Amino acid sequence: MTAQPASRKPGQPVDLIAENKVRSPFDNAWREFRRNRLAIVGAVIVILTVVAAFVAPIITPYDYYTQNTRESRAKPLTGYNISETHAEECTWYGTPLEWGCAIYLTGSDALGRDLYSRMIYGTRVSLAVAFVGSTVALAVGIVLGTISGYFGGRVDNLIMRVVDFLYAIPLLPIIILMQVYFQALGRQGVTEGIAGSLLRLNQSMGGLLFLFIAIGVLNWIGMARLARGQVLAYKHKEFIEAAESVGSSQSRIIFKHLLPNIFGPLLIAETLAIPAYIFTEAILSFIGLGVNPPIPSWGSMINDGYAGIRSNSHLVLVPGIALTMLTLAFNFMGDGLRDAFDPKMRGRA
Amino acid sequence: MSKANGSSKVLVRVENLKKHFPITRGILFRRQVGTVRAVDGINMTIHEGETLGLVGESGCGKSTTGRSILQLHRPTSGKVYYEDRDLTEMEGDELRRARRNFQMIFQDPYASLNPRMTVEQIIAEPLEVHSIGNRKERHERVKDLMGLVGLNPSLNNRYPHEFSGGQRQRIGVARALALQPKFIVCDEPISALDVSIQAQVVNLLEELQEKFGLTYLFIAHDLSMVRHIADRTAVMYLGKIVELAERQELYNNPLHPYTQALLSAVPIPDPLKERKRQRIILKGDVPSPAHPPTGCNFNPRCPLAIDICRQEDPEWREITPGHWVACHVV
Repeated sequence: MTAQPASRKPGQPVDLIAENKVRSPFDNAWREFRRNRLAIVGAVIVILTVVAAFVAPIITPYDYYTQNTRESRAKPLTGYNISETHAEECTWYGTPLEWGCAIYLTGSDALGRDLYSRMIYGTRVSLAVAFVGSTVALAVGIVLGTISGYFGGRVDNLIMRVVDFLYAIPLLPIIILMQVYFQALGRQGVTEGIAGSLLRLNQSMGGLLFLFIAIGVLNWIGMARLARGQVLAYKHKEFIEAAESVGSSQSRIIFKHLLPNIFGPLLIAETLAIPAYIFTEAILSFIGLGVNPPIPSWGSMINDGYAGIRSNSHLVLVPGIALTMLTLAFNFMGDGLRDAFDPKMRGRA
Repeated sequence: MSKANGSSKVLVRVENLKKHFPITRGILFRRQVGTVRAVDGINMTIHEGETLGLVGESGCGKSTTGRSILQLHRPTSGKVYYEDRDLTEMEGDELRRARRNFQMIFQDPYASLNPRMTVEQIIAEPLEVHSIGNRKERHERVKDLMGLVGLNPSLNNRYPHEFSGGQRQRIGVARALALQPKFIVCDEPISALDVSIQAQVVNLLEELQEKFGLTYLFIAHDLSMVRHIADRTAVMYLGKIVELAERQELYNNPLHPYTQALLSAVPIPDPLKERKRQRIILKGDVPSPAHPPTGCNFNPRCPLAIDICRQEDPEWREITPGHWVACHVV
């Protein structure tokens, strides 16, 4: 409560009508969310990660691709003494250093690249996948699910049977096959046709295009089902009928009455699904089907390091911990959002 | 409340209205395995300025009748004339424009208001949909309407969850009035409310009727409430109207055995008379509207049933002027 009138004595109830305080459902949810400490921690980590992704060049001492093979697999907080011949290699945030220095904050990888810088740049891939993947899944899922649920009948049957069909086939192996196929085409140097232009586009996006497609294909199905279910739950509510009875058009009913009511739960489901997207990307990158090297992705960094996990565990731990933190943060934030927007669900798994 | 008489103009005429819902089976290939005869051949006229009460137990098709008249459910067959225009023939934009003239007040004030809209947005929606006035005029109109139904107009930016059930129902009434309709279907507008609030809302509806000359179809299952508000009353059983008469006539001289049984169930607020009250207890349950009995719908439970009741549907007859009954025995 802010700005209470000075005349109010302790214990006297707040006169909401006199103050004309308006509390929208969103305000209430926000108040609830603020009270959930874990959710706030999650949200802060997510926001920090987003900021880090944007300002990566400023907060990293090195770029993510320069190799220094003489200092490969350096331990955390170690560096090397500057000799005259390699003075230019020892810089800190772009300033050449003249003293012997501990320059690898979290060590370096097998090619002598700074692990900390790569970890920070790696947020870009994870977050791009998280946000683009969820936007694609949400958009496709809402459109198809709403059409299916609202219009029903034959359209519904068709869309839902396609969804059932896609649900029944294991999509991850198929996506792996697709990635392998396109990589093979790329190695052959195919440049013509649809495959060629897709390959070029993918190349210019550093291999992200196929990841986006993969994540989108994997996840719109669940969204469509959820959206359809939500539409069905609201379609026969009296306020929808009331809108119809005053003469609202179908598009008005969908956009003004249905979507605002179903969007919250869908967004929450999507937030809770983001860790899965990040993991899918990590899996694909781990088996070498993700972004193109040298772009750092946490999955490919774990892959780079896992062979020497016993002697140089930091190569796996650094990206591994980053991955865990971010997915946990999204989970906490999603749980908090769900509790805030749907108090009935509180305390349930 | 205006008294209905034979000379006043007919506003709504319903002819042989039927609404059947299909029962389907199968996922990929749907086939119809039956029909629910929710409304099965209803005839009635509603005069301008009157209140027609529609009573019946739950599941008998009262609400479906109201919704079919307003074309919220498209009827399976039959005609609904509003001022001599057939609503069942209208489609799309024509129907949407026609909706200005007839509105609905819903049963559940907790479900009938969009939780994501403010009161002002809810009440202004009909105006917006029919492009009436500009933003400022609509705002003024909403404030007027809120005052009219007894809500504080300064609460216009609140959300429905901040109101009590009775206040919410007032919001629903304001929305129904926004377009200045002539005909309003009240679908059990008070049954979800506290008894202490019911009278307030009913009085509000009566005041508004007097002020604007509204015509009501008042759906309810509370006989005493209908007796209070309705000029004429229709009794429904299993998708059909079994009896329709002027208020006093129906309550003093019920002809149909179902009406008699219903009225005998109303407690009398006088202990001496109450003790002498004879209840007619009906046997059995209401049959499923998916499998209505042959002959008269009421025959399996009727204490007076004779052979013809099990074979033939009774005719809808006018026994005395204004008193209609569908019964072989009467």
